[in-house]
Amino acid sequence: MSETSANAATPADAEDPILTVRDLRVFYGTPRGAARAVDRVSLTIRPGETLGVVGESGSGKSTLGRGILRLLPEGTGVDGEVLYKGQNLVKMTPDQLRRMRGPELGLIFQEPMTRLNPLLRIQEHFEEALKQHHPELKRDELRRRALAALGRTGIPPTRYRQYPHEFSGGMRQRIMIALALVLNPTLLIADEPTTALDVIVEAQIIRLLADLKKTTGTAVMLITHNLGIVAEACDRVAVMYGGKIVEEGDARSVFADPQHPYTQALLRSTISLETTELHTIPGAPPSLINPPQGCLFSPRCGHAMKVCARKAPAEQRLEDGRRVECWLHCPGAIPAGEEAPLERQEITVADEA
Amino acid sequence: MAGGGSSLKSYLLVRTLLVIPTIFILLTLVFVLMRVAPGNPVSAALGGHVPQAVIQEISHRLGYDRPLYQQFGSYLWNLAHGDFGATITDKRQVSDIILVNGAATLELTLAAAIVALAVGIPIGLIAGRFRDRPIDAASRIFGIIMYAMPVFVLGLLAQIVFGSWLGWLPISDQASPMTSALMTTHTNLLLVDAVIDGDWDSFWDVLQHLVLPAGTLGLVFAGVFVRLVRINVIRTLKDDYIEAARARGIREQAVVYRHAFRNALVPVITVIGLEIALLMGGAVLTETTFNWPGIGHALYTYLQNRDYAAVQGIVIVFGLVVVFASLLVDILSALIDPRMRYQ
Repeated sequence: MSETSANAATPADAEDPILTVRDLRVFYGTPRGAARAVDRVSLTIRPGETLGVVGESGSGKSTLGRGILRLLPEGTGVDGEVLYKGQNLVKMTPDQLRRMRGPELGLIFQEPMTRLNPLLRIQEHFEEALKQHHPELKRDELRRRALAALGRTGIPPTRYRQYPHEFSGGMRQRIMIALALVLNPTLLIADEPTTALDVIVEAQIIRLLADLKKTTGTAVMLITHNLGIVAEACDRVAVMYGGKIVEEGDARSVFADPQHPYTQALLRSTISLETTELHTIPGAPPSLINPPQGCLFSPRCGHAMKVCARKAPAEQRLEDGRRVECWLHCPGAIPAGEEAPLERQEITVADEA
Repeated sequence: MAGGGSSLKSYLLVRTLLVIPTIFILLTLVFVLMRVAPGNPVSAALGGHVPQAVIQEISHRLGYDRPLYQQFGSYLWNLAHGDFGATITDKRQVSDIILVNGAATLELTLAAAIVALAVGIPIGLIAGRFRDRPIDAASRIFGIIMYAMPVFVLGLLAQIVFGSWLGWLPISDQASPMTSALMTTHTNLLLVDAVIDGDWDSFWDVLQHLVLPAGTLGLVFAGVFVRLVRINVIRTLKDDYIEAARARGIREQAVVYRHAFRNALVPVITVIGLEIALLMGGAVLTETTFNWPGIGHALYTYLQNRDYAAVQGIVIVFGLVVVFASLLVDILSALIDPRMRYQ
């Protein structure tokens, strides 16, 4: 395991990425102005790799997942590049993009209870998806493929003709995963797939995703706010804050030695058996409509310097291949006199609430 | 959990058995309401100039002087045997009113329902699908005008335009006097009777008479369906499984037709059942406007003459129609929506 981690950490040796996101921006139109849900995000995913995307609610992690598939509300602005097998998804026509969804890029969602059409049998869901992308398949073959995918996720063939309401939440999420896998996607984007499920089912689903990665070679982008899941299931992790990736690198090294003050704070605020005291990050996530000047985390950061409130830091690459966006990692670039600690109004309890 | 079949059967059985207490409550309610209404039914029906002795004699003959529980008992007994009694004013059998006038109302209501659904559902689906586009705005204006329009106003407008100005269509009655006199009665549904006899001239005449009343009543209810279907399509298009289907690369047309439209129509079926009650209320006004010899028109006439026996019988029929319509709707919903079977 440590060997694979070492490989992943040296991009030069690794296989070509299947997905390269460059400067992706997703802006939602709101009555008060454009909300920069995803702002100049770049990342890569290699075949068979699991990338964890973590962040608070509203950090843009779900929008990033949907932005890659461009499964966004009408009128949402998308800009930048999403290169999948050499094609830019951002420039595709809606119909070209539709053909990519399913057989190339799969997506599973947070709340499995409402993601299946209540009026259709499980069978009809599978037949619809398979016929859409493989119209040449015969009935027997449709059935064989559907049952094989369900079998891999632990749903017995006897339940193929049942309706969604006859299944529990955990089973519905298994069905959703099978429904994505039956089309053999190269990349599966899982948007908080276990948030709505209880812990035991959560562990089962995470194990299932990890197993599938091994047996099918599908790359997974696992979006979550649960750091435990990332530590357990992911090769690499990207930490999002205010629509940007602030730190990205090998999952083990990021957790062992977080470099960005936000990652450090996030890790401190996780709860485990050793927790004796609850840590929170003071303040609230930044406004996406009127973001603060400079580094978005600077108003909440304990290490903030004068430069942080004025100018956004550039991306730094560390020796272990990690990316960090923080002035602490490029002291040489700070203009003279701006290393001084940032003076500001105390964050009051009222602000935190 | 084991298969939908047995639970569907038990649901349908329970739902059907529930009709019995529902009807009992309905009958009791009608009986009580007719008794608490002020005034003596006999004197009310015959007017104030009848000698007291005559009123007592008729009251005795009709059983109004017996204790209430006896009246209630024989009321239920007679109804159970299909005997709805006779009217006080013109001594007609209420069952005869149901058969003859009821058939005319059935013909009108069915035709109006066809117009309402055929106009309302497609317009509602298109409006919901193309929300906020010009076609949606036009559909909404149509829906609101129809929804707000009283039946008799639209009916009068239709009579003026298509009857008086253009002279295309007859504006009253179920058939012209010649046709009524010549037709033989099989089912009391004039269109069906004409078909049975192969009498196409009468069929054409009856159909022409049907257009304005059915069109008027149908369009008013189409307004309800446009609004209802539109809002359901809009809501359904926001459902999670719609997004999930798009995420699987299902063609937008298939997403709209297979997922959104079908799911949007489930609540509409429930409302159709409730609308049948309103449709019959609307029939009272429509029948009066177009002098249509239906049960609503009969109810209106007997109400004016304060014939309690006739009103009681007709109200029971209205109630029974609503009870059986909602039974039908529940069965249909259960067949369409698997979730209903478990509730």
